[in-house]
Amino acid sequence: MSVLVYINSNGDKIAKNAFEAITYGKKIGDVVVVTNGKATDATLANLGKFGASKVLVDRSFEGIDEQQITRMVATATESTGSETVIFSNDLIGKAVAPRLSVRINAGLVAGATAVPESDGTIAVNVFSGKAFGYVKVNTDKRVISLLPNSIQPEEVGGEASVESFEGSAGEAVVTVKETKKPEGDIPLPEAELVVSAGRGLKGPENWGIVEDLAKSLGAATACSRPVADSGWRPHHEHVGQTGVAIRPNLYIAAGISGAIQHLAGVNGSKVIVVINTDEEAPFFKAADYGIVGDAFEVLPRLTEAVKKFKASN
Amino acid sequence: MKILVCISKAPETTTKITFTDGNTKFDKNGVKYIVNPYDEWYALVRGLELKETNGGTVTTITVGTSEDDATIRKALAIGADDAVRIDTEAVDAFQVASEIANFAKDGEYDLILLGKETIDYNGSQVGGMLAEHLDLPFISLASKLGVEGSKATLDKEIVGGVQTVEANLPIVVSCAKGMAEQRIPNMRGIMAARSKPLKVVESSNPNKNTSFEKYALPEPKSAVKLIDPEDMDKLVDLLHNEAKVI
Ligand SMILES: Cc1cc2nc3c(=O)[nH]c(=O)nc-3n(C[C@H](O)[C@H](O)[C@H](O)COP(=O)(O)OP(=O)(O)OC[C@H]3O[C@@H](n4cnc5c(N)ncnc54)[C@H](O)[C@@H]3O)c2cc1C
Ligand SMILES: Nc1ncnc2c1ncn2[C@@H]1O[C@H](COP(=O)(O)O)[C@@H](O)[C@H]1O
Repeated sequence: MSVLVYINSNGDKIAKNAFEAITYGKKIGDVVVVTNGKATDATLANLGKFGASKVLVDRSFEGIDEQQITRMVATATESTGSETVIFSNDLIGKAVAPRLSVRINAGLVAGATAVPESDGTIAVNVFSGKAFGYVKVNTDKRVISLLPNSIQPEEVGGEASVESFEGSAGEAVVTVKETKKPEGDIPLPEAELVVSAGRGLKGPENWGIVEDLAKSLGAATACSRPVADSGWRPHHEHVGQTGVAIRPNLYIAAGISGAIQHLAGVNGSKVIVVINTDEEAPFFKAADYGIVGDAFEVLPRLTEAVKKFKASN
Repeated sequence: MKILVCISKAPETTTKITFTDGNTKFDKNGVKYIVNPYDEWYALVRGLELKETNGGTVTTITVGTSEDDATIRKALAIGADDAVRIDTEAVDAFQVASEIANFAKDGEYDLILLGKETIDYNGSQVGGMLAEHLDLPFISLASKLGVEGSKATLDKEIVGGVQTVEANLPIVVSCAKGMAEQRIPNMRGIMAARSKPLKVVESSNPNKNTSFEKYALPEPKSAVKLIDPEDMDKLVDLLHNEAKVI
């Protein structure tokens, strides 16, 4: 039974979460990838490395318009007879997977964190990561959107056949006026390493030491809600229950108390390091490594230690 | 301009989450509910701001039981003109989207606003499903929304940046941070909310495409390892050799 996986190949390179989605699909069945845009046939054939046997590429349109992608994936679902369709639950998946699920009458599992259990249910995060729920799909077809960084891409070797495909995507009715991507910044939702700071940093003028540490690690920067609300940092850096939910491999939090709403957005992190002057700060209960100390001294010291480590490794 | 804002309730953010009936049901006992923050802070307030500048009405819609009435009154106190509740328990995003679509399809709404996600089930599902049911564009995770005549201009989050897009009304929009600032209802608003219309509509009994079979709580973290603030080489060593994250 073939499993259809949508990936975005409109960027300069194919992102890791696309490989995750293919690896996930491979654990369920024979993977056919559907995509649009301008990636070369050679790049697409390379997806065989992660287990795709075939790639259907619609070169009649570029971009990520959610209605066009929905129509294209619906056409591919029909033509491949797939009963499972997989997306990465990134910003595209969040917009398209729900649409598609209605169009093809398939139950949607949004934000899957693991492969299906033996009883067919699939785990997702609920209550902002405070618990897991196991979703049962009551329709014949299903759409699964996979939470990024939930499984690691696995290389199984091989080359995929690439076929051009007419997805009947139609016209886009939403027009894109401008796309702004800050150069050099690592997008927070994709970052594997994140350095974050809170009100303990006292003011926006002190963020240099946070950015220095982030730069030395190759990490993205984040902040607590009051920091974004006060305009010290941009809104897109706000993590937590009412900001971005992230699950990097490493989350370093300096001068953040660890309120429950903050933890809700970061508790999926693999390893948490907390730097706080107050040994009673609630964040230490959620931390793997803790430093009771002044961020103004500890952060520069940690940056130096990281630089030393990088120089000798 | 006719604006419809989808409002749901969610457990207050400090709620301790527990389950009953062999971990198959969320334990509502003693749980306090709030208006889902994204719906209240961003979708509703932006809807009100647009009404204030462009004229029109703001109606809220909720799929829920009488348990939802308190949060609906809160939305009315903040300034919505009237409210609709579709009288059934919301258990599945497809069901919710189908109910709202069924109500909205003949309503000639120019703008349907939702929150980015509910903070209990975190699905981010209803908006896209609703848009597909109504065959309308869906602009997700918008941080800005302006309307001039029949044209809307929005900023939406994309991976690694922001995109400015334009679309003709009607559209469905899910609202994220940046869209508006939270409004605290005043006494007059709260008094006025009591007499604003809350229409209860019968369910159209759509399918439920998914169900939650059971729940589990994550394993508790083991105790934190404290490191000497003077010795950051030690931390780097642990992150490299023990945690293997750098
Ligand atoms: C409905 C709702 C939703 C919310 N959503 C979010 C959310 O999504 N994300 C979020 O972050 N918050 C959220 N909050 C707010 C949350 O409750 C906390 O108020 C907030 O997280 C606190 O931010 P903070 O830790 O930066 O500041 P504080 O709580 O003020 O903590 C500052 C910390 O810095 C420490 N400190 C001070 N000086 C130093 C120093 N020199 N070196 C090291 N440490 C120092 C202090 O000991 C303290 O622990 C929400 C609240 C509500 C009610
Ligand atoms: N029961 C409901 N009634 C009305 N609107 C809802 C309901 N559930 C969700 N919504 C809307 O859909 C948005 C996304 O919810 P979700 O798909 O559950 O993350 C919410 O922010 C609300 O605006």
